[in-house]
Amino acid sequence: MAAPVLSIENLRTRFFTKRGVVRAVDGVSFAVTRGQVLGIVGESGSGKSTVGFSIMGLIDPPGRIVGGAIRLDGRDLRQLTPAEWRRVRGRRIAMIFQDPMMTLNPVLRIDTQMIEAITAHERVPRATARDRAREALGRVGIGAPDERLAAYPHELSGGMRQRVAIAIALLHRPEVIIADEPTTALDVTLQGQILAEMQTLARDSGAALVWITHDLSVVAVLANDVCVMYAGKVVEQGTVDNVLDRPLHPYTRGLIASVPSRHPPGRPLPQIPGMMPSLMQLPLGCAFRDRCTRASDTCRSDPPLYSLDERRVRCFHPHVEEDEAASASERAEEAP
Amino acid sequence: MLLFVLRRLLQSIVVLLAVSGLVFAGVYAIGNPVDILISPQADQAEIARTVAALKLDRPLWEQYLAFLQHAATGDLGRSFVFDAPAIGLILERLPATLELAASATLIAVGLGIPLGLWAGIRSGSLAGKAILAGSILGFSLPTFWAGLMLILVFSVELGWLPAGGRGPTQSLFGVPVSFLSWDGLAHLVLPALNLALFKLALVIRLTRAGAREALTQDYVKFARAKGLSEARVIGVHVLKNILIPVVTVVGLEFGSLVAFAVVTETIFAWPGTGKLLIDSIGVLDRPVIVAYLLVAVTLFILINLLVDVLYSILDPRVRMAQAGG
Ligand SMILES: Nc1ncnc2c1ncn2[C@@H]1O[C@H](COP(=O)(O)OP(=O)(O)OP(=O)(O)O)[C@@H](O)[C@H]1O
Ligand SMILES: [Mg+2]
Repeated sequence: MAAPVLSIENLRTRFFTKRGVVRAVDGVSFAVTRGQVLGIVGESGSGKSTVGFSIMGLIDPPGRIVGGAIRLDGRDLRQLTPAEWRRVRGRRIAMIFQDPMMTLNPVLRIDTQMIEAITAHERVPRATARDRAREALGRVGIGAPDERLAAYPHELSGGMRQRVAIAIALLHRPEVIIADEPTTALDVTLQGQILAEMQTLARDSGAALVWITHDLSVVAVLANDVCVMYAGKVVEQGTVDNVLDRPLHPYTRGLIASVPSRHPPGRPLPQIPGMMPSLMQLPLGCAFRDRCTRASDTCRSDPPLYSLDERRVRCFHPHVEEDEAASASERAEEAP
Repeated sequence: MLLFVLRRLLQSIVVLLAVSGLVFAGVYAIGNPVDILISPQADQAEIARTVAALKLDRPLWEQYLAFLQHAATGDLGRSFVFDAPAIGLILERLPATLELAASATLIAVGLGIPLGLWAGIRSGSLAGKAILAGSILGFSLPTFWAGLMLILVFSVELGWLPAGGRGPTQSLFGVPVSFLSWDGLAHLVLPALNLALFKLALVIRLTRAGAREALTQDYVKFARAKGLSEARVIGVHVLKNILIPVVTVVGLEFGSLVAFAVVTETIFAWPGTGKLLIDSIGVLDRPVIVAYLLVAVTLFILINLLVDVLYSILDPRVRMAQAGG
């Protein structure tokens, strides 16, 4: 297997707010290779965006990355000076944000916002930069690019704006693209279109794609690997085939069961009961245990992330065949 | 756009009419100028003659109607004291006031935006807190006291700048201005600073609040995600969004700057309309007071119109809405 272009090791990011410390990302590790897609799934507030912003070096105070490494081609970005990290952003790692209505500056024209993205990393004449911007718009399927370039963001639809953001992200052919739920704010037909386009664009440019979403069905069609996050931690990670077809963690199971398309119509959709606990006052032990039907007294201590059945899982009581179950929980307790 | 301007002008005339009525009644209520204008030794006949000459014996509504008739031709009455057209007296002094107000605005914006940006971006730092504290002080210091302190420090103690008067003026397109000569500029600095103080505090706070808000916005994060330099993120992405409220407020406040100039002009003996107004109130020179207030209101209306136009130039979203509706 090729060496990963991006690998995250034990990343920990916290927000030091007045009301307490938020452990938004707590020991997340993963790796992606070129041409591959990694899905990060989890419900709202599980720390997915914070992972993305940490990789970009864009955690604003009161937040701070407190531990771990973010390696791009083996080089830890956290060791870079701010100026060096700036040169990575947009050029080697690009990010597309959650809400296309908010990501473009409302008082600057599209051409300004695209050209500055080019000239931030390359010394090219304005006219050349403009040509490249026009081409980039064409690549993401925007017609009449000259007209769009002269427009302000509010003159474009949501889908159009997200395409502009994608075009900006692709400008420098980055090695890694982080897409933070780029289609959630769009209607369903557009979602499918943009999804498919992103997939081709990433494959053509050979970029590694980190796709953040709370929608498992998107991961199922798009990703090679998946990380399931809960309350700032990875609870299960592995290939999409393994994790989605044979989920081991009760939370992953719950997520899959609540996907509408996988469920016979007419019957109520099963929901995971309860709510994710506040990341400010996480109870000791498994953060999911209050919502978990399999929880036992063992779950009052922290479950480690350990290897089982060709993936990694963080649970004392994974959904495995009965005869395997005993050995699995033994292994869990032995793991460091 | 043209329609918009026309409609606004029509509204303005109605406002002017209403204000003139109010002002007229108000000034009438203040007191009888005859008591002040005519020497105590004058006899009954002389008083009657003066009163008749000034048409002060007519009922109020008749005086007002006569005033309106003349006003329609641009004549706002003759000053009792100077025996000259009131409007002429005011227009003669208007450049001095406008120059003072414009200089104060320049100071408020030129200093206020950088300071406010600094305070907004580094709101936790010592400098940021000091700027904020300074702006609170600027809000709460009375203008006349600050003016006296400026004179005390820079004129009396240090002797760097003149304490009052306008100094020599040069003619720029036929308008007398101070800022073209060093001596004139020296005369302008203290009063302009005094007048600017309050607005400076306002601009600092507006800019600071705007910067803090903009910095939490996705578009700033996205600008950083593109790898833009911090200078470009702040100087273009943040600043351009802040400019909209700042320009609007500063523009709208220009009128109140002209009004506040009354205090500053009195302290610094600046020969502008404010000083004329105070002098005229002292002797109940009604036509001048009325004319001043009407000119001030006209100025306010013009400024509002200008700000609306400027605002739509700065904010593309407003531009759209106007084109559409
Ligand atoms: N600037 C901040 N200050 C304080 N807490 C923050 C900040 N940003 C995020 N958090 C907290 O960090 C946690 C993770 O947030 P994050 O935005 O990463 O979640 P997410 O998984 O992306 O959720 P969503 O699906 O809603 O986008 C949340 O509990 C959130 O409240
Ligand atoms: Mg998010």
